[in-house]
Amino acid sequence: MSETNQIPAVSPVKEPSSFRLISALAIAGLFSGILLATTYSLTLPRIQANKEAALKNAIFAVLPGSADYIILKRSGDTLEEVRLGAGDNQNEEEIVYAGYNTMKELTGFAIPGEEPGFQDIIGVIVGYDPVLRSIIGFEVLESKETPGLGDKIFKDMDFQQNFTMLKVEPEILVVKKGQKTRDNEVEAITGATISSKAVVVLLNKSMGAWVSVIDNYMKKNDIKLAGHGAKK
Amino acid sequence: MEQKNNMSAEEFLKGLWKENPVFVAVLGMCPALAVTNSAINALAMGLATTFVLVSSSLLVSLFRNIIPKQVRITAYIVIIATFVTVVDFLLAAYTPVVHKELGAFIALIVVNCLILGRQEAFASKNRAGLALADALGMSFGFTFALLCIGVIREVLGNGSLFGIGVFGEGYEPWVIMILPPGGFFALGFLLLAFNGVTERRKNKAKLKDLN
Repeated sequence: MSETNQIPAVSPVKEPSSFRLISALAIAGLFSGILLATTYSLTLPRIQANKEAALKNAIFAVLPGSADYIILKRSGDTLEEVRLGAGDNQNEEEIVYAGYNTMKELTGFAIPGEEPGFQDIIGVIVGYDPVLRSIIGFEVLESKETPGLGDKIFKDMDFQQNFTMLKVEPEILVVKKGQKTRDNEVEAITGATISSKAVVVLLNKSMGAWVSVIDNYMKKNDIKLAGHGAKK
Repeated sequence: MEQKNNMSAEEFLKGLWKENPVFVAVLGMCPALAVTNSAINALAMGLATTFVLVSSSLLVSLFRNIIPKQVRITAYIVIIATFVTVVDFLLAAYTPVVHKELGAFIALIVVNCLILGRQEAFASKNRAGLALADALGMSFGFTFALLCIGVIREVLGNGSLFGIGVFGEGYEPWVIMILPPGGFFALGFLLLAFNGVTERRKNKAKLKDLN
């Protein structure tokens, strides 16, 4: 590039000084910075509101009857309520959400989790009922699974049906479609075995990590579940 | 004045067909293949690119005599990257669903050679009015091309258009069309059709000349 630029050096056009080059870029950078900072601060509240709304919708979807939720953070072998602003980094491994209905009664716990699927990380949130010891709702937050096959983990109603009342103990098992006989079995999606299994691995992992902690929390604070948990 | 308008119109129209960035120049293949799995995604990507190209071209043209030649590419990239980031924030704030679907490809508008190419080839050498016409033409041509690919892929691969079913229940979608290979199939056939039409027009014009 420098060579082609040096050819017209014979022409009367003078080479600009380094100072001019630097100041031209500095000014460009300055304006760019101002524009970016302005846009950022103008859009930030909306972006955060969107994120919060998406999370809220997911929590309410997996915990039927909820109208409000609180954020609980793991502390030792129990849970503690924390208040997080939308800007705070929410480390999902350490956090669950407790849903409450309009009567301020507990509706269950929404547990976020992640697991590598067929293409990329699958991020989900599940509703857990500690009295029924069952998963009562399931929502995929993030997935790049194959359209038409793996994406059935959130598009296929039959698969979703698995999670309206799924016992989590002793552990969740995958069976072929149409072979479900027990309460703790999930019918896999035909043609998307890897995605289905990834979901089940994920569920077992997060249940293993959270069930006892949630039990401790309920016992310690003597919290009762609304009605008898899941209303279908 | 008359001539001025004619020139602008010409610069605008060339991007739509004669120098269409996707079908003729084959530029911007990354977004043209990657985010055209549905009509709405294709349209959103086209409009985001339009915003970036038009704003960058206008700015580059206005400052064409101030930006020193030696640092022009750097300056163009700063300008382009700024507008891309602005569009990224705006989409995240106002259309979070589209933003999530397009994902990393919004940030990648920075490296769309169509945009840098227009700055270097046109905006930096022409007055603002012409640069604007050129940028608008090129972006609409780009959006049109993306929309063509997106419509074909969504209709065949999902049996819907803009999310609304078009074939009814009995239709078994050609899933491959919304997978990556479908992008190549759709683009290939469109290029074939486009070149066929152009060729025929050329031949007709030749015949006319001979007569």
